[in-house]
Amino acid sequence: MGIEVIFKGKNLLRLLEGLGAAMKISLISVIISIVLGIVLGMLMASKRPMINLILRIYLEIVRIMPQMVLLFIVFFGFTKLTGLNLSAETAALIVFSFWGSAEMADLVRGCLISIPPIQYESSQALGLSRIQTYIYVIIPQIVRRLLPLSINLITRMIKTTSLVMMIGIVEVLKVGQQIIEANRKSAPNAAFGVFAVIFLLYFLVCWPISCLSKYLEKKWAN
Amino acid sequence: MSLEVIENYLPMFGDAFLLTVKIGWIGIVLAFVLGIGCAFALYYKVPFLSFIVKCYIELFRNTPLLVQLFFIYYGLPAVGIRISVQVCGILGLGLLGGSYMAESIRSGLDAVPLIQTESALSLGMTKWQIFRLIIWPQAFGMSVPGLVANVIFLLKETSVFSAISLMDLMFTAKDLIGLHYNTTESLFLLVLFYILMLLPVSFAGSYIEKKARFGMFGE
Repeated sequence: MGIEVIFKGKNLLRLLEGLGAAMKISLISVIISIVLGIVLGMLMASKRPMINLILRIYLEIVRIMPQMVLLFIVFFGFTKLTGLNLSAETAALIVFSFWGSAEMADLVRGCLISIPPIQYESSQALGLSRIQTYIYVIIPQIVRRLLPLSINLITRMIKTTSLVMMIGIVEVLKVGQQIIEANRKSAPNAAFGVFAVIFLLYFLVCWPISCLSKYLEKKWAN
Repeated sequence: MSLEVIENYLPMFGDAFLLTVKIGWIGIVLAFVLGIGCAFALYYKVPFLSFIVKCYIELFRNTPLLVQLFFIYYGLPAVGIRISVQVCGILGLGLLGGSYMAESIRSGLDAVPLIQTESALSLGMTKWQIFRLIIWPQAFGMSVPGLVANVIFLLKETSVFSAISLMDLMFTAKDLIGLHYNTTESLFLLVLFYILMLLPVSFAGSYIEKKARFGMFGE
């Protein structure tokens, strides 16, 4: 079935390294997205018409454009436009952070506006300062709502980073293709085994994270 | 940006657009049918089948479409299963979408309180009547926002088809950039056609969401 190719030489190690390359990109863009997303989400929840309009347009662009199209625009368009050479990794980081921040911002905004204004008023009536209101009343609730959703976003970002292969980054799929190419003679049906293993690898990375998200959601329901 | 180039490219992008839309929507219909089937199997706890459905949903929700397509298109022929590239695209999108649709519909079904089923039973309704008149209208109304989001997500995912050399919008753009180096024009048309494909769906989606909201019992 072509599975044996995986255990030949350093093939499994190479596949894992490829997975690591993809994970590195997703991890960095996840961190950028979470930080930027929280700031943008807070801006969106505050009522400033001009900023709101700009952010709405930004959100709509991200909602409609496939990540792959964004990737192409940044990777090919930017180079053409400025003449600067943008490495594929940088392009990927820009695109996934751009996309992830919008998604995160939307989640943060949703959580912020779901807190009824009466809670702010009640806190004030109880004599809590602004900072105390946030620390003791608002933020604990937001964290409970936001955490499962943002963990879910992380799995989506990990899945989406597999696209970087299309702009020439050597990640797990590319390594898989190389292994299949190299063993064309000795194992003609290696493609099945290699791609099945990659399928499984992605599943093993994402599944525990989505289980965690589901668990937290259930634990903090209502 | 030159208009002449855009004019020359337009027919090619037009063909690719039609192909992408065709495969995308067939895939979505397949996903919807599959999703309904799986959601029912889970909701009615069909023995054995619901276990398989659970495995399927977890497996396809936690892997990228690109990897799924590579497995179907390059992996399966190695063990003797050959599928044409278009069928492969439809199958990949349908399987991915089915797992997402199933989750949306199931959460809608679960949101209808059990007491309504019990009340309907005590009123002497049959199982089919309960489903048709009580559960489904409410469950469907509640799953519509999720379903709309899934449709947009799946239409966006069609851009991945280019990886298995399906002549879709993405592939055409990439091909033309490689051939003539008219990057700006190709990217402009690419964006234009994706807006054409997704903006109407996005608007229709928010309209349908508003229309499909059923008042829950007791609201």
